[in-house]
Amino acid sequence: MTVSPSPEYPAVTAEPAAAGSVSAWRLLQLRRQLELGLPVTPRPYQMLADMTGLSEPEVMAAVRQWQDMGLIKRLGLVVRHRTLGYTANAMVVWDIPDEQVQELGQAMARAPFVTLCYQRPRRLPGWPYNLFCMIHGVDRQRVLDQLATLIAEHGLEQTPHAVLFSTKAYRQRGGRYVSHG
Amino acid sequence: MRLDTTDQQMINLFQRELPVCEKPYEEMSRQLGITEEEVIARLQSLQDSQVLSRVGPVFEHSRAGASLLAAVAAPDAQLDLVAARINRAPGVNHNYAREHTYNLWFVMTAPDEDTLEQRLDELEHQLRLPMLRLPMVEAHHIDLGFDIDWEALS
Repeated sequence: MTVSPSPEYPAVTAEPAAAGSVSAWRLLQLRRQLELGLPVTPRPYQMLADMTGLSEPEVMAAVRQWQDMGLIKRLGLVVRHRTLGYTANAMVVWDIPDEQVQELGQAMARAPFVTLCYQRPRRLPGWPYNLFCMIHGVDRQRVLDQLATLIAEHGLEQTPHAVLFSTKAYRQRGGRYVSHG
Repeated sequence: MRLDTTDQQMINLFQRELPVCEKPYEEMSRQLGITEEEVIARLQSLQDSQVLSRVGPVFEHSRAGASLLAAVAAPDAQLDLVAARINRAPGVNHNYAREHTYNLWFVMTAPDEDTLEQRLDELEHQLRLPMLRLPMVEAHHIDLGFDIDWEALS
């Protein structure tokens, strides 16, 4: 069963084992609640069921299916790294020739200290960078050392790049795609 | 912030594999060798102290809706003011100051691409600052559930 909750929201597929028709509206409510987190009570899925008008098995089936289809990429404790002491957070951006960016991106992503790695478009003339790596570290010098390792390992000595350390987090929270605001 | 070894172990084991079952915290407590009540109390306290932003799912951006990384170059003296305006716009879930001419970096989300575009246009107009819009082309690695290096933190 594929359902589009409403034209303004992306399609949600859910096929709880209990089958029958599970209200698309209720599934949308479930996603809204899940974006805020799993309740920390003995029966969190029952609580979500009470909040959305679904049954506990329907809630668990929907979550499992969203995991299987990759809508939920992980389920667990979401850490605020900054509170723990990961205060040196560098976004390293590179201007890599187009024909190499794919391969280099894959290679850099394998470095244990690279926590995110992705390609984005250049916006010339002001923004020539097409590859982004994040390094979440405990202190600035250590992050710079890790960056030096990355440069040496991949022969990037001549590659234009910039290191953008974050200096303040004005907001950091999970995506709320179907919630309001 | 220093955590005791039980909290550390809880984070080590359950950043990505929280079981989907009727009593997930009981299941965690079995693996940790403590009571369910203690797991719940510890999770609540870690949330209160901002070590955890939540327990729960992390949705895949590209499937959950539309999102975009954007940046503006705010005059230094107005950094806090511009950041506050960005935070007031709907759908902003990350917003950081960074060391660069483009000094404010934020992620805006929306249910779909059209709404996202509208929100960005409105914000750009409001801020009267040119906005760098950088959609994802390809993700090679995008998951912040990495193993915490407790030794480096201690």
